[in-house]
Amino acid sequence: MEKAGIPVCHVTSVVPVAKMVGSNRIVQGQGIVHVMGDADLPAEEEKELRRKTVLQAIEALKNEAATP
Amino acid sequence: MRVVHYLNQFFGGIGGEEHADTEPQVHDEPVGPGRLLGQVLGENAQVVRTIVCGDNYATENMEALTALVLEQTKDAQADIFVAGPCFEAGRYGVAAAGLCVAVSSELDIPVVTGMAQENPGVDLHRQTLYIVDSGKAASAMREVLTKMSDMAHKLASGQDMGAPAEEGYIARGILKDTFVEQTAAQRLVAMLDAKVKGEEFESELPAPSFPEIPAPAPVADMSKARVAIITDGGLVPKGNPDNISAWAATNWGSYDIAGKDGLQGDDYEVSHRGYDTRYVEQDPDRLVPVDVLRELEESNVIGELHSQFISTSGLVNPIANSRRLGREIAAQLKESEVDAVILTST
Repeated sequence: MEKAGIPVCHVTSVVPVAKMVGSNRIVQGQGIVHVMGDADLPAEEEKELRRKTVLQAIEALKNEAATP
Repeated sequence: MRVVHYLNQFFGGIGGEEHADTEPQVHDEPVGPGRLLGQVLGENAQVVRTIVCGDNYATENMEALTALVLEQTKDAQADIFVAGPCFEAGRYGVAAAGLCVAVSSELDIPVVTGMAQENPGVDLHRQTLYIVDSGKAASAMREVLTKMSDMAHKLASGQDMGAPAEEGYIARGILKDTFVEQTAAQRLVAMLDAKVKGEEFESELPAPSFPEIPAPAPVADMSKARVAIITDGGLVPKGNPDNISAWAATNWGSYDIAGKDGLQGDDYEVSHRGYDTRYVEQDPDRLVPVDVLRELEESNVIGELHSQFISTSGLVNPIANSRRLGREIAAQLKESEVDAVILTST
């Protein structure tokens, strides 16, 4: 994607792998089984958490990537 | 030995970037580096035909070019097909490697090309081709052509090809059984010994390398940007219409989310078999956050959520394969004028 010039924000709970493969913008996800949620939370709180994660990703896309 | 040679417009002596649209030209003689190739090949071989084509023309008309090259190569009764060397020239490398694959499979004659490790032609076709490692400097032309010539003779006479490092070609990722004197334990200790002493050693299984890709510039105004969601977590509509396999997936799917405020578990399933998929199947927004992004679209934090999400299953996938999937997805999103991507990985 990035070779084609489209900026990507990689949301994952396995950040070391994202770093290893060279992702430039990385956001820590909530867990392997639900990157964008948390099944232990009530639905409302879970969605709020998801909103926070997505906003972090958007923030990362708005900013220069820190050099890895 | 009759040789047909492929060159781009630059090495074919037509000109630089301003001539990249040049349509294919056929010459019944060696051209440019082909003359040197003729020399290093020796008396028993000659370049009988040269096809020269502009890089942009080749990229945009690969099918037509392939058909022409096959026809001309067959007609010239070639014993071997040589393309390049292309060094770092990307479009040239992709065309040269693609033509080599076509000639090899359609005409069943040996093919040789040369390019730098970084050339995208290598990524695409290293597994099928013997690609001489040309390095980046075109000033090494004679040396590279000599290697290519040696390889051509070897392939034409049906000799066994040695290991990449011995023969000077780029590793194809093929493991060959061989007899060795020392057991694995002995080799391991010898390697460790060399490493501790700071001496050179060669790993028998090189770790995959990930070239650094410079980060694209940030999105200046997210409130105008079209954002797409990609996941390698394998979310697919019920029934898995594209048959995306659970591991080593060879394809990806693009699924409509236009007008959806969120994803319902009843409509989807997960093809990935490398994690506990129950939570995502309960609520797919946990992997592909359509609900939140739709709201952010409505409040104009982002301009637009792309009408489809893209999914594949990123489990024990060979890297070359993953790269191909990535290239294909990138091409489609580029076409759809997507400005930014949120990629969720399990």
